[in-house]
Amino acid sequence: MAEHDGVAAPTPAAARAGHDRELYYWMKLIRAFEERVSRLHRQNKILGGVYSGAGQEALVTGICAPLEPGDFTAPLHRDLGVFLMRGVDPGRLMAQLMAKETGLARGKDSFLHGGDIAHGVFGSSSMLGSSLPVACGAALKFKLKRERHIAVAFFGEGAASRGDVHEAMNFAGVQKLPVLFVCENNRYAYSTPFEKQAAIENIADRAAAYGFRGHVCPGNDLLAVVGLAERVIDSIRAGGGPGLIECKTYRWRGHSEHDPALYRDQEELIEWESRDPIPLFEFYLGKRGNDVNRLRAETDERVNATVQSAVDFAEQSPYPKPEEALEDLYASEGAGQAAQAAANGPRPATK
Amino acid sequence: MEVTYLKAINQALHEEMARDENVFVMGEDVAELGGAFKVTEGLLAAFGDERVIDTPISESLIVGAGVGAAVLGLRPVVEMQFADFISCGFDQIVNTAATLCYRHGGKASCPMVVRAPSGAGVHGALFHSQNPEAWFTRVPGLKVVAPATAYDAKGLLKSAIRDDNPVIYFEHKRLYRSIKEDLPDGDFTVPLGVAELRHEGRDLSIITYGGTLHQSLDAARIVEKEDGLSVEVLDLRTLLPLDREAIIATARRTGKVLVVHEDRQTGGIGGEIAAIIADQAFEYLDGPVRRLTALDAHVPFAPPLEEFVLPNTNKIVEAIRSLAAY
Repeated sequence: MAEHDGVAAPTPAAARAGHDRELYYWMKLIRAFEERVSRLHRQNKILGGVYSGAGQEALVTGICAPLEPGDFTAPLHRDLGVFLMRGVDPGRLMAQLMAKETGLARGKDSFLHGGDIAHGVFGSSSMLGSSLPVACGAALKFKLKRERHIAVAFFGEGAASRGDVHEAMNFAGVQKLPVLFVCENNRYAYSTPFEKQAAIENIADRAAAYGFRGHVCPGNDLLAVVGLAERVIDSIRAGGGPGLIECKTYRWRGHSEHDPALYRDQEELIEWESRDPIPLFEFYLGKRGNDVNRLRAETDERVNATVQSAVDFAEQSPYPKPEEALEDLYASEGAGQAAQAAANGPRPATK
Repeated sequence: MEVTYLKAINQALHEEMARDENVFVMGEDVAELGGAFKVTEGLLAAFGDERVIDTPISESLIVGAGVGAAVLGLRPVVEMQFADFISCGFDQIVNTAATLCYRHGGKASCPMVVRAPSGAGVHGALFHSQNPEAWFTRVPGLKVVAPATAYDAKGLLKSAIRDDNPVIYFEHKRLYRSIKEDLPDGDFTVPLGVAELRHEGRDLSIITYGGTLHQSLDAARIVEKEDGLSVEVLDLRTLLPLDREAIIATARRTGKVLVVHEDRQTGGIGGEIAAIIADQAFEYLDGPVRRLTALDAHVPFAPPLEEFVLPNTNKIVEAIRSLAAY
């Protein structure tokens, strides 16, 4: 058996089993976080809009799993899982949602509009789709500096109708940028069903018009997402140009927590709730010989502890002081130098 | 050597790109063509197509990609081919770029310059004559500059590139080839947020910027010669943040203020300046704060219409005489 630093390397089977359990942990953590956030909103502990991504955990987990430190991500307002998987501290994320001083935006903006550039998470505005041009700029930086990083921009099938999405994909195709576009097609843009948003079946079909490949995958099937994501991300990282992955999924809850979503057919909801990504993955884990009941219990214990400590941290954190409303409007002295040092980090290869 | 306003901008780009490998230029027709006005001429040959990038016609992409690159430490200088087109990049400027630092808890910066050739008087009509600065001067998180001289065009652009915030840089098209100056050799910058007194006077102050600075100076010379009036001319240079001290100081010195700008009157920055003076120099005033600006119309095409709408030297002279006699 190969050895490295005196530690026995795991067999491929053992490595896969470890990876599977890690993916499972992330899906469970995201779900637990989502459910807790909805509950905290009902308790008036989280103010403002809360946009649940419950039911969409598989696609976030599958796309983020192959990412590396230094990669750039621009998540959607429904993607708190991206924040968690990129390494943003769960306590800081919960504090962000509770508008606390210790949150990513230090109380300045709500929900997921705060970001954490140090962890490669760009906070998006509410003008959904506007982060795709931004991701192109990040990818341009990687290309210019000869870095093997990629940029990932998440968008909904709703935002796909916006001009920014077209402009970004067109430019990415022309420049062969290392950028992955991820369309979370959850069937509804607020109340508007997909049929009223597009006259085609797949948003991914549009990729061909920009000169790169589009892929459609069942977004609630973690194995399908992660398998596709690994392949597409490897290709982008190797210089193969941009890619588009459309994950077919479904928004379980309303557009936001105040929306009972009465405009949609309950049969449709039941159908999609029965496609819950977590039991589906548990079925796979069982087939792989895991004791699923035990694994579930252990994982629940871990994620519940993580969520509870995040809530405790956020609840104990103070609100910002009123006059802080005038802080952080402009970059502090030296902010650009720090970013520049990061930009200059790995020297570009000679041309 | 005498350098035009346009050449001064071009020099600033050359020198900053040579000084800092993180500076790059992006926009429509900026590389092969060297820009619609030749402002970016020679950059492609000097720095290659990875740092001088021709883009599709996609203003929102141009600004948005600038933000993404800037967040990761590059210093993009993106061009709106005409300032009129900046409306297509408006969301990325005011919602993505301007709020970036604020909603990242001060832990992110956006060192980006958006160059925007603006201004009328070149028979450009409705969509090639606009002065859209007032759309941006009320957006915290942005800085806005509008140089009126070749020296400032160069020095302010260098400062804008080195600044860690998004800066909208309005360069007046009519000045591109109409003014020339001897510029000092070597590196120099002009600080953001500092106005410059272009002409000292006792009777009345003109507060202006950009294209109307030169008309204001001409008018000041005319009334000095013909009426014996002594007119002070303050060039704002930066519109956000405003140099409030300089505005208040000139108002207190002369007691009469005429604000002149080529942008329209309603909602223009002249109203803000008048309010600052009313608040901070009220007891020093000997007359109303007046505004001479473009009329509240679009900039029309036919020469008689355009002349009617825009400010010019004669109109400024008349406004000075009227206010001086008050």
